[in-house]
Amino acid sequence: MSNAARAAVLVLLAAIVQVSILAPVSILGGTPDALLIIIICLALLRGSVAGAVAGFTGGLLVDIATLGTLGVTALLLTVAGYWAGRYGETTGRGRAHAVPLTVAVMTVLVALGGLGLHYMLGESVSAHRAVVTTLLPAIPLNLFVAWPLNRLCRALVHQPPATGQRSIEVQALV
Amino acid sequence: MPRNRTARTAVLGVSVRRPATGQSTSRTSTALRRRVIVGVLVVVALVLVTLSFRETNGGPVTSVQNAGAAALHPFEIAATRVARPFHDAYSWFDGLLQARSDQKKFRAENERLRQQLLQNEFAANEVKQLKALLDFREGPTFPGDYNSISASVISRPAGAFAQAIIVSAGSADGVELNAPVVNGDGLIGLVTRVTSLASRVTLLTDEQSAVSALDAKTDAAGVVGQGPGLGSTLELDLVSKDKKVSVGDTVVTAGWRSAKLSSLYPKGIPIGVVTSVGQTDTDLYKQVQVQPFADFSALDAVIVLVRKTETTR
Repeated sequence: MSNAARAAVLVLLAAIVQVSILAPVSILGGTPDALLIIIICLALLRGSVAGAVAGFTGGLLVDIATLGTLGVTALLLTVAGYWAGRYGETTGRGRAHAVPLTVAVMTVLVALGGLGLHYMLGESVSAHRAVVTTLLPAIPLNLFVAWPLNRLCRALVHQPPATGQRSIEVQALV
Repeated sequence: MPRNRTARTAVLGVSVRRPATGQSTSRTSTALRRRVIVGVLVVVALVLVTLSFRETNGGPVTSVQNAGAAALHPFEIAATRVARPFHDAYSWFDGLLQARSDQKKFRAENERLRQQLLQNEFAANEVKQLKALLDFREGPTFPGDYNSISASVISRPAGAFAQAIIVSAGSADGVELNAPVVNGDGLIGLVTRVTSLASRVTLLTDEQSAVSALDAKTDAAGVVGQGPGLGSTLELDLVSKDKKVSVGDTVVTAGWRSAKLSSLYPKGIPIGVVTSVGQTDTDLYKQVQVQPFADFSALDAVIVLVRKTETTR
């Protein structure tokens, strides 16, 4: 099975697990977001385009399964996947803290983005509930589940070999 | 490498010397391709949001979404079944600990309720006779005028943005739009979206939810909606200051009926218990907080109430 097919299956499973198993789980008011973490891990491994496509697909699956406004989660996760991928392609490349840092930042940004998007759609929600009650516990929860999910992603989807400019630089240094 | 040259300048020097035209064009085209793909995805998502938001039930986007939901339904059921033993084990241990602490309290409550039941039965008979004498017309009552459809909770939207659940019963099972949903404890919410195999239930804790309700003891009427506090606390709003509401009173659905219009909820479904009552000189209404009977964070199974048709009644 190719990398793309494995990534697609991973995103599908993560979306199903998220809406069916994890969404009802409430630990100190927060809920772990396995789909967001899988998308971040894929984006860091495969780049911004793969991250954006994975985010769009996963978000769309969630929107369909939860019978919500179509495209809202897809939009949020597309941007999250793209930004995570860009970070992986530039400053985050090869850094050990890239995954936890991206997960923490994206958890906050997706929550705030979701709050703004739902507010624009007239679906008002208490900012205290969205930010304090659910977001603060969600950050450590996501960081906790990020490690095993990142290992799973790395085991199933392989990083593309580095090409182009980097190899030329290494040759010059040697 | 000369002594005064660092590794960085050496690398920079090499990159200047190598043929740069092909590399630069390739990098530019990759960046362009990346931006185009992401731009297209964002635009498609925005178009979907717009269409989905503006469309009423039964439109093409809704139909496609319903078909997608039906395709995902077996996967969701399978995931729920896989997780069920773990969930049940946790609930069993949690319930065991809770049961021990509740045992004494419930014994005393049972004794009190038994006496109250006798009085209520007597009063109900009396009311029935009086209504018959007056030829009194009222809205549909619960549970006599409703069919109940049991359904399990298969998923719920993540985050605090939507207080909703997806249940495993749809139009094929007889579920209708705006059907009230209850569980063993009390009112849960209202069906706001129906597909053939599943339905979306907007919970009482959603900001959009509002239920006409009354104090079962004093008949003080108001509207129950999401409370200002944390968690699942509700608020009984629009209660006049001259009405009497006390802590510990039970709040039930009002189930009003006026000419051809009637409340979506039948009369008498328990909602919660009053936990605090306050009023200020500047406010027009009392501030009444209600603790719901239902635990919205641990919903496994619910009952959808569908009004009996004239022929089935």
